Amino acid sequence: MRKLKEFIIEKLIFISGLASIFFVVLIFLFLTKEGLAVFKYASPVDFLTGKSWYPISEPAQLGILPLIFGSLMVTLGAAIISIPIGVACAVYIAEIAPLRIKEVLKAGIELLAAIPSVVLGFIGMVTLVPWVKTVFHLPTGLTALSGSIILAFMAMPTIVSIAEDALYSVPKSYKEGAFALGATHWQTIYRVLLPAASSGIVAAVMLGIGRVIGETMAVMMITGNAAVIPQNILVPVRTLTATIAAEMGEAVVGSEHYFALFAIGIVLFIISFIINVSADLFLHKRH
Amino acid sequence: MRNTQRSQKIAFFLLFLATLLIVVPVGLIVVIIIQKGLPAINWQFLSDIPRQGMRAGGIFPAIIGTFYLVFGAIVFALPIGLLAAIYLSEYAKDNLLNRIIKLAIVNLAGVPSVVYGLFGLALFVVFLKFGASILSGSLTLGIMILPIIITTSREALESVPQSFREVSLSLGASKWQTIRHIVLPNAIPGILTGTILGLGRAAGETAPILFTVAAFYLPRLPKSIFDQAMALPYHLYVISTQVPNVDEKVRYGTALVLLFLVLFMNLVAIIIRYNFRKKKKW
Repeated sequence: MRKLKEFIIEKLIFISGLASIFFVVLIFLFLTKEGLAVFKYASPVDFLTGKSWYPISEPAQLGILPLIFGSLMVTLGAAIISIPIGVACAVYIAEIAPLRIKEVLKAGIELLAAIPSVVLGFIGMVTLVPWVKTVFHLPTGLTALSGSIILAFMAMPTIVSIAEDALYSVPKSYKEGAFALGATHWQTIYRVLLPAASSGIVAAVMLGIGRVIGETMAVMMITGNAAVIPQNILVPVRTLTATIAAEMGEAVVGSEHYFALFAIGIVLFIISFIINVSADLFLHKRH
Repeated sequence: MRNTQRSQKIAFFLLFLATLLIVVPVGLIVVIIIQKGLPAINWQFLSDIPRQGMRAGGIFPAIIGTFYLVFGAIVFALPIGLLAAIYLSEYAKDNLLNRIIKLAIVNLAGVPSVVYGLFGLALFVVFLKFGASILSGSLTLGIMILPIIITTSREALESVPQSFREVSLSLGASKWQTIRHIVLPNAIPGILTGTILGLGRAAGETAPILFTVAAFYLPRLPKSIFDQAMALPYHLYVISTQVPNVDEKVRYGTALVLLFLVLFMNLVAIIIRYNFRKKKKW
């Protein structure tokens, strides 16, 4: 009797162990099930490189290039802001901060990661957007720049915590060796520790960027949602994610608009898959 | 020599500045929301339904909706996540399957939240015909927080020393008995931390519930798990972008309640973990 019970439990454990594979496959299957139907209306090349996104005009124009550019521009801006600040903060926490302050800072970073994106979007709307508008004398503050700044704050917790882990896991002997040779603390950090932790830091940056590309609510609330190819960072843009979130509510199930939004979902899924797999390779490089 | 000392000073100052650039805005965000949101908080705001097109009244249905969703997500995700963590820490061998499972978890954690929304719409709402309902939303959120629960629970289980298991096995206990009576009890604080972090994440996410459950305006409480519901994060989105002329106080008040809920859960998780690490005897 006990044997049977344990047999069942161990089988349940095994099945649950496979659950994450099952769900990843299931997500991909259902995205493709609904999304691939769009290619009855537009070829994959037209879909990815078409310059106009008018999903409800007759006939519908389903080119997502403006959306891809929107995502790229916001992501690039966020990366430029968050990578140097994030890595610098990781170095400060890992190497310089006294133990007490270190604990507080780490908790603070964790809290930042926990703030819901809709709250950050709201705060961005009421504080940052008017500020961008007046500083740059723009007709509207809902721009790619505002999105980049808020998104940088969503990428930073990821970058800081993973880069800090990477710095922390550099063997103590490296540091001692550098000190013994007469290097200062700073020389040790940038000549020894940073290079030794580089693959972990690259992974940190990639995962941070992955978070930015997939971010939805804050972006939708503060980037202005104009589906045109942006000429600079001070104009409204619309990202891939915001398009899905803003339009799925109105799309009729089974319409080409509905299929197109799922196809955008496939694009996002593939991007995040590539980022996560390669970040994982970087993280496990040295083991 | 003096040059290297000076460049070290400058470098450390810049690193400190970068840290401030993250910490100060975070502090400001929290302070602004508390300062401007607190005047809105009173018993009526927390216990009344929204009135006058969400410009007045309270946010009670949104709070309750969020509680239902979070509860449903955890009921679904905790058993699967815990068993999966047990598999990874106690049973899995270092082989290809194990590697694929870990990759799948990493990927599941990285899937954009709006893609979870699409998936929930396609599978639960349309294919399984649950409709836009608490059930669909909870299941979608449950799958989304699964990687958080698996990863933290696995860490907790793996931090239980190997010798504990060996002693139990050498006394004649079976593998499952060892897990059930020795490993699990010692890992509970870590598992609890992961569960609470998962709860916090589920409470704050908007994109996954946009098309699977969220009701724009539903001034009553949901009656069953097949009912639509309001939810706090979606409500904040609606009153800040979709409804004109909402009093700023109401927006800040809603943001404060949501922020408080999420940060409170995270704080509890951090404290549990901190105490556990301090008390750990091995």
